[in-house]
Amino acid sequence: MASSSDTAGQQHPLGIYYQIWILLFVVSAASYAVDYFDVQGAMRWTLVIVFMLVKAGFIIAIFMHALWERLALVLTILGPPGVLLILIAFMAVEGDYTTEARFDYMGHDRDAVALTPAEVHGTGGEHGEEEAH
Amino acid sequence: MSEAAATSIAPSDGVTGLVDDWAADKQTYHVPWGKAMMWIFLVSDTFIFTCFLTGYLNVRMTTTQPWPPQSEIFALSFGGAPIPLILIAIMTFVLITSSGTMALAVNYGYRRDKFRTIMFICATAFFGATFVGMQAYEWSKLIVEEGVRPWGNPFGAPQFGSVFFMVTGFHGLHVSAGVIYLLWVARRIWAGYYDKKGFEIVEIAGLYWHFVDLVWVFIFAFFYLL
Repeated sequence: MASSSDTAGQQHPLGIYYQIWILLFVVSAASYAVDYFDVQGAMRWTLVIVFMLVKAGFIIAIFMHALWERLALVLTILGPPGVLLILIAFMAVEGDYTTEARFDYMGHDRDAVALTPAEVHGTGGEHGEEEAH
Repeated sequence: MSEAAATSIAPSDGVTGLVDDWAADKQTYHVPWGKAMMWIFLVSDTFIFTCFLTGYLNVRMTTTQPWPPQSEIFALSFGGAPIPLILIAIMTFVLITSSGTMALAVNYGYRRDKFRTIMFICATAFFGATFVGMQAYEWSKLIVEEGVRPWGNPFGAPQFGSVFFMVTGFHGLHVSAGVIYLLWVARRIWAGYYDKKGFEIVEIAGLYWHFVDLVWVFIFAFFYLL
């Protein structure tokens, strides 16, 4: 039959799995380090998204064997989700418009700051006090 | 005739192979049907998760209330000062470990090493169950101690809770289903069900498991880190 053994099995040396495994650990540790060392701003976004894409790429290419599949299957997997990038772009544009309209015309506070758990739980002061420490 | 088609298809790959595969009247994907169907299921699942994450993008952009500080909310203290996001980092490492053991299980499956295949599948299921357990702890901490609800929370934008419960809940459901699926596959291997059929089933289950890990990569980046 067509599903003969020469195309069916994805068998590769174990070494490449160990290498990718270690790589995923290192990259995950790196993206956690971004948060641990409190990197902020454009650098944070760049690092987190680059590490994310590296991890996703290696999982799809090596662990899910996309690297060794025929192009017909690879494009079936990656093509339709590629269209989702258009959805994301549209929603980002629309979201930007909505939030700017709310700030500019509806009087929402542009400088509002979120509370931290320490402030909410009133560590060092009774609850209800604004600046306990 | 199918013999001739199979031999003519095998050598050409890349764009020529793509044209050959789609031009054939009979069959496009030269993989076992179960694997093709798993891939198509995963593509549809990609759409579901992307819709969730795009919805998250939209509410996070449009809410004018400040987004709660995830790094501090998901901090955990082991006796000393709280370590930011440590529980999520451990969960990430547990899931990556499980992906590694799954890759080994697939490899030993094709070597027809049944014992090691079953052991590595069970290890994967164990790590998956550990992940779900840690997630259950995370949820209960967030609900009971921090007072986060799908409709509001004490820190900032109320959308934080709805996105958190929907996205991590749906992912946790996938991990739980994956654990059951893996144990079911391991049991069938043990019973000798695939001795004649071949061990593609391990790769198919592996595809699902790696996909769950893949989704977590995106959730970890977009929900917890950014």
